[in-house]
Amino acid sequence: MASTLSIHDWFNRKQQQKEIARERLDIPGNVWVKCFKCGQAIYAKDLEENLKVCPKCQYHFKLTSAERIRQLTDSFLEINPALTSKNFLNFTDSKSYTARIEDSILKSGLKDAIVTGHARINGFDAALGVMDFSFMGGSMGSVVGEKIARLIEEAIEKKSPVIIFSTSGGARMQESIMSLMQMAKTSAVLGRLRETGIPYISVLTDPTTGGVSASFAMLGDVNLAEPNALICFAGPRVIEQTIRQKLPPGFQRSEYLLAHGMLDAVVDRRELKEALTKLLKFFKN
Amino acid sequence: MAEKKVNRQLLEFEKPLIELYDKLEKLKTMSESGKFDMTEEVKLMEKRIDAVRQQIFSNLSPSQIVQVARFIQRPTTLDYFGMIFDDFVELHGDRNFGDDPAIVGGIATLDGRSVVVMGHQKGHSTKENLTRNFGTAHPEGYRKALRLMRLAERYNKPVISLIDTPGAYPGVGAEERGQAEAIAKNLREMTELTVPFVAAITGEGGSGGALGIAMGNRVLMMEFAIYSVISPEGCASILFRDAKRANEAAVAMKITAKDMLELGVSDEIIKEPPGGAHQDPKLAAKNLKSAIIKNLNPLLSLSARELIADRYNKYRKMGIFNE
Ligand SMILES: [Zn+2]
Repeated sequence: MASTLSIHDWFNRKQQQKEIARERLDIPGNVWVKCFKCGQAIYAKDLEENLKVCPKCQYHFKLTSAERIRQLTDSFLEINPALTSKNFLNFTDSKSYTARIEDSILKSGLKDAIVTGHARINGFDAALGVMDFSFMGGSMGSVVGEKIARLIEEAIEKKSPVIIFSTSGGARMQESIMSLMQMAKTSAVLGRLRETGIPYISVLTDPTTGGVSASFAMLGDVNLAEPNALICFAGPRVIEQTIRQKLPPGFQRSEYLLAHGMLDAVVDRRELKEALTKLLKFFKN
Repeated sequence: MAEKKVNRQLLEFEKPLIELYDKLEKLKTMSESGKFDMTEEVKLMEKRIDAVRQQIFSNLSPSQIVQVARFIQRPTTLDYFGMIFDDFVELHGDRNFGDDPAIVGGIATLDGRSVVVMGHQKGHSTKENLTRNFGTAHPEGYRKALRLMRLAERYNKPVISLIDTPGAYPGVGAEERGQAEAIAKNLREMTELTVPFVAAITGEGGSGGALGIAMGNRVLMMEFAIYSVISPEGCASILFRDAKRANEAAVAMKITAKDMLELGVSDEIIKEPPGGAHQDPKLAAKNLKSAIIKNLNPLLSLSARELIADRYNKYRKMGIFNE
């Protein structure tokens, strides 16, 4: 059989193996996982216990929203779980937006690219939003914008601090101008939040780009980021194509943004809960 | 009356006019030579050109509208400032890093009233465009705009903003100095602005780079302006995996003034002269000016609180989804 394997088959098989490796990250048990960055074989359970940070090179594996919420909260009550995206422009590229939404729901088990709700973190209340890259690359469409707006409005009502974890490839292009308007909407709601004196902590995770970085993700009273996360407005490839210039080392990574004054702190995932607790405590007292 | 300037730089889809313009030229030469009186024929030919142009423009496809919106002869923000406002004084700099030539702004008089004005600035030539970075702003452009909005607030003057950009500048310096933060901050601060704010998209409304100075109480759009989250070329290369399919993308994305009105993103379409704003910049400016005044007037009687609520409600309701 192997002798008839074409280069394409071989490549596909490689791809599949890679995907399986990714999927296995969610399965507890006797599975070895290879670190994407350093190649180290890690016992899946150990990786889980290390909050999905490679013990050898500290690479932060991507988390699903469910994993994030589990790692961080004592309790979590989701709000607005039923909102789903709508193909209101009848948008079709190689696939219709309707089909893309359906496929993403089946693949990710999520309704859209953010989960929002009321959380307790080490005994402190917070209105928590967690974006999920596994749903259409964490792209922001009407549902993401609306869920954030409602979360913040409830936070104002309950006087809860707001924490939002971002991860996004940018705008949901299939919603065209309406995805752009979500930048306006989320920023408007954050303006209102600010008026009320309720704090907002933004946590940027890998990757946070485009319309999400240029709206709510950069507007925290405190902006935190996980190590080595790509954080940018224009992606590195777009910049390279435009200016035809080699990008500086570490460009658009958390540490680079910290050095340029755009972040308050870069926090290792294993210290994130404690950092958030300290902040929540500061704002409460 | 001065002779109407013949605009010989044509849009790609105006090709049917080339032949007619050649004929017009010949008629004029004959007339000018003094041997024949061709005044009537010249008039007729001019009428015919106008009629053909009107016919072409009565049914433009979205990608043709993109061409008009981007046309190098289209009036720029400074062109409009000169035609709409009196006593414009340009104010420079963000007081932090530099002065962005891609966003201009200052103080001016509109119909006897003091206003603060700003807008993206493109050029009419490659040289001008290189100076202006093709209207693509750096963070200091957005910060200059915010500084001017603050000035307007402090002295209780309305803000008028003209939008014409392919997008924010994608570059190393822009990213290092916080392009994302600069735009995000403007979005939040624009909602909280205590004075009336009218924005008009005059050419290209390119993504976050456009929105960064566009969150007015009223958003107007010139007839052949566009507003989109990504350029049709960008959308085509990502979703259709082929930048050459930009025409399809332009259709699918719904980016025209009519689309924006239907989606509730813009409040009014401003009629352009036949053949587009560049065919008669003065008329285009006149239409733009009266639309700005008309939309600004009712806002002048609102309190700061009401203005903020008006803007909040406008943007809070943006979005279409299943509940
Ligand atoms: Zn590793």
